Amino acid sequence: MLLKTNSLRWAGLFAAALLLLVLMSFSIVYGYTDTTWKMAIDAFTNFDGTNEHIIIQSVRLPRALIAAAVGASLAIAGVLLQSLTKNPLAAPEIFGINAGAGFAVVITVTLFSISNLQVFTWVSFLGAAVSFIFVYIIGSIGREGLTPMKLTLAGAAMSAMFASMTQGFLVINETALEQVLFWLAGSVSGRKLETLASVFPYLLAGWIFSLIIAGKLNVLSMGEDVAKGLGLKTGLLKLGAGIVIVLLSGGAVAVAGPIGFLGIVIPHLTRAVVGIDHRWVIPYAGLLGGMLLLIADIASRYIIMPQEVPVGVMTAVIGTPFFVYIARRGFNK
Amino acid sequence: MTAGQAIATRDLTLSYGDTIIINELDLEIPKGEITVFIGGNGCGKSTLLRSIARLLKPKSGAVLLEGEAIAKLSTKDVARKMAILPQSPSAPEGLTVLQLVKQGRYPYQTWLKQWSTEDELKVRNALKATGMEELKDRTVDSLSGGQRQRAWIAMTLAQDTDTILLDEPTTYLDMTHQIEILDLLFELNEKEKRTIVMVLHDLNLACRYAHNIVAIKNQKVFAQGKPEHVINCGLVKNVFGMECEVTMDPLFGTPLCIPYGKGRCILKGKGFKDD
Repeated sequence: MLLKTNSLRWAGLFAAALLLLVLMSFSIVYGYTDTTWKMAIDAFTNFDGTNEHIIIQSVRLPRALIAAAVGASLAIAGVLLQSLTKNPLAAPEIFGINAGAGFAVVITVTLFSISNLQVFTWVSFLGAAVSFIFVYIIGSIGREGLTPMKLTLAGAAMSAMFASMTQGFLVINETALEQVLFWLAGSVSGRKLETLASVFPYLLAGWIFSLIIAGKLNVLSMGEDVAKGLGLKTGLLKLGAGIVIVLLSGGAVAVAGPIGFLGIVIPHLTRAVVGIDHRWVIPYAGLLGGMLLLIADIASRYIIMPQEVPVGVMTAVIGTPFFVYIARRGFNK
Repeated sequence: MTAGQAIATRDLTLSYGDTIIINELDLEIPKGEITVFIGGNGCGKSTLLRSIARLLKPKSGAVLLEGEAIAKLSTKDVARKMAILPQSPSAPEGLTVLQLVKQGRYPYQTWLKQWSTEDELKVRNALKATGMEELKDRTVDSLSGGQRQRAWIAMTLAQDTDTILLDEPTTYLDMTHQIEILDLLFELNEKEKRTIVMVLHDLNLACRYAHNIVAIKNQKVFAQGKPEHVINCGLVKNVFGMECEVTMDPLFGTPLCIPYGKGRCILKGKGFKDD
C-alpha cells in the first residue's frame, strides 16, 4: 500500500483529480491535427469557425470526456465485480457484459441492417443488461443464493455463448462484419457528445451509488456468514451492486464498445495504492480508470500515425501482461 | 419463558433440501452461562448453531432471542444482541486487525452516526480483552492461527452483545492455543456474564469449560445438563458410537473421557475392550 494515512489519501485523491483534468486537456490538444494550447482555449472562449476549432469542439472534447467517463465506469464496475465474486480476475468482460452488448449490436446490423452509432448505444446497453441479468439469475439458482463460484461460472458460460453466436452471425454476413468490426474493437473516437449525454445519467447514478454502498462492501468482504452476523442484508447489497454494475458497464460499453482489461487492471492498481477499504478504492479506481483510458487513447493516436489504433487494442496491450502477472501471483499464493 | 434464558427454540425443524437435520426441537439455552453443543460429525450441531444465528432459515418453527422471535426482529437489532463467529472465517488479504475489529461496530452505524467515541472505546476494549493491542496494525493474514482467532473474537466483542455464538473456535489450533482461546471465552463469561454458545469437538475440553452441555443425536437433543451429570460411558457410546471409560479430570474434577481402541498398550489386559 502506497498511501497509508487518510490525509495522504485525501491529498492523493486531489492530485489524481487534477491529473485527470491535465490528461483531458492533453487529449484535447494533441493528435493528428496540429493544434496548440492557445487554439484549444480560443475554441471555447473565442470560437472562430476554423477547422482546428471545430475539431477541438466536436471531436477532441467529446473524445476526452468519453474516455474519462468510460474509464472511470469500467474501473468501478471491475472493483464491484471483483468484490462480489471474490475473484481477482473478475471484470465486466468475463461476466458476459461485453459479449452480450456485442451480440446485440451484431443482431441489429445483420437482422435489421441498422448501423447507426446512436442506435448501437441503446442496443448495446440493452444487450449488456440482459446478459448480466441472465448471469446474475443463473448464478443465484440454488439454496445458498448467489455465490462467487456460480456467478463466475455463469458469466463464463454466457460470455462463451454470446461470443460464439456473434461470430456465427458475422461469418454468415460479411458486410455486417465490416460495419461492426470497429465497434467490436472498442473505441472512444467518432462519438458525439450526445452519445455520452444520453447514458451519462446512468453512469452518474452508478458512481454515486457505488460510493454509497462502499462501506457495506467492506463488511461483505469478510464473508457472507460474518456479514450476515453483523446484521448486513447481504442479498439486498448484492442485488444493489449488481444493478450498479449493469449501469456502469452497460453504459460504458454502450458509448465505447467493448474495452477490455481496464476492469481487471485498475482495481488491482488501486488497491496497491490505497489498500482494500472500498470507501477509498472506489473513488480512486474511478480516477485512475479515467486516467488510464485517456493515456491509452492519446497513445493510440501516435502509434501508427496518421492511422489510429482502436483504444480497446491499446488497453489489451497494456492489460495482458498485467493479467498474466495477477494470475501467476494468485496461483503462487 | 423465564428470565434465565438467552435463547430458546420452539418446534425448530432444519433441513437441507428434503433431508431433515434437526426435527421439532425445543431447546433452552441459559443466560450468562457457557453452553457447548457436542455430537458426532454431521449430527447437525453446527447447523443448529447457524440457524440460531439466523444464517440458515428454519424449515419450520422459531428461534427466540430473549423471548422474541428472531425472524421478526430487524437483523441489525439481532446483531446488537448476539454475535456469531463462523467456523474458520477468512479476512480479505491485507485487512489489518484494527480494521477487522472496527467492522464489529457495523450494527451500530447509521447514516447519521458513522463513527462515535463509543465505537472507538468498544474497539479499544475488545483489543485489550483479547490481548491484541500490540498487533492491531498487523494484517490478519500475517498472524498465527491463535492470534488470528483472537482477532476474530475481538471483532465479535466489539459488537458488544450479551450473547456470543462460536462455531468450533478451536479448529486447526494446537493445544496451547486451544486452551488460550477457551480461557479467554471463560473469562469473558466470568467477568462480564456474557452468554457463550459454541460447538466444540473436544469432549474433554467441553466438559471443562461448559456449564451446560447439549448432546445432539438423531435430529434431537439426546441429553442436556451439567457435564458431570450427563457425560458417562452410556452417553458417549450413544452419541458418538464410541466405547470409552469416563473418569475424573485430575486437575479440574470434571468428566474425562478416555476412549478404547487399538494402539500401543503397555498395560497388561487394558486398552482394547472385549464386548
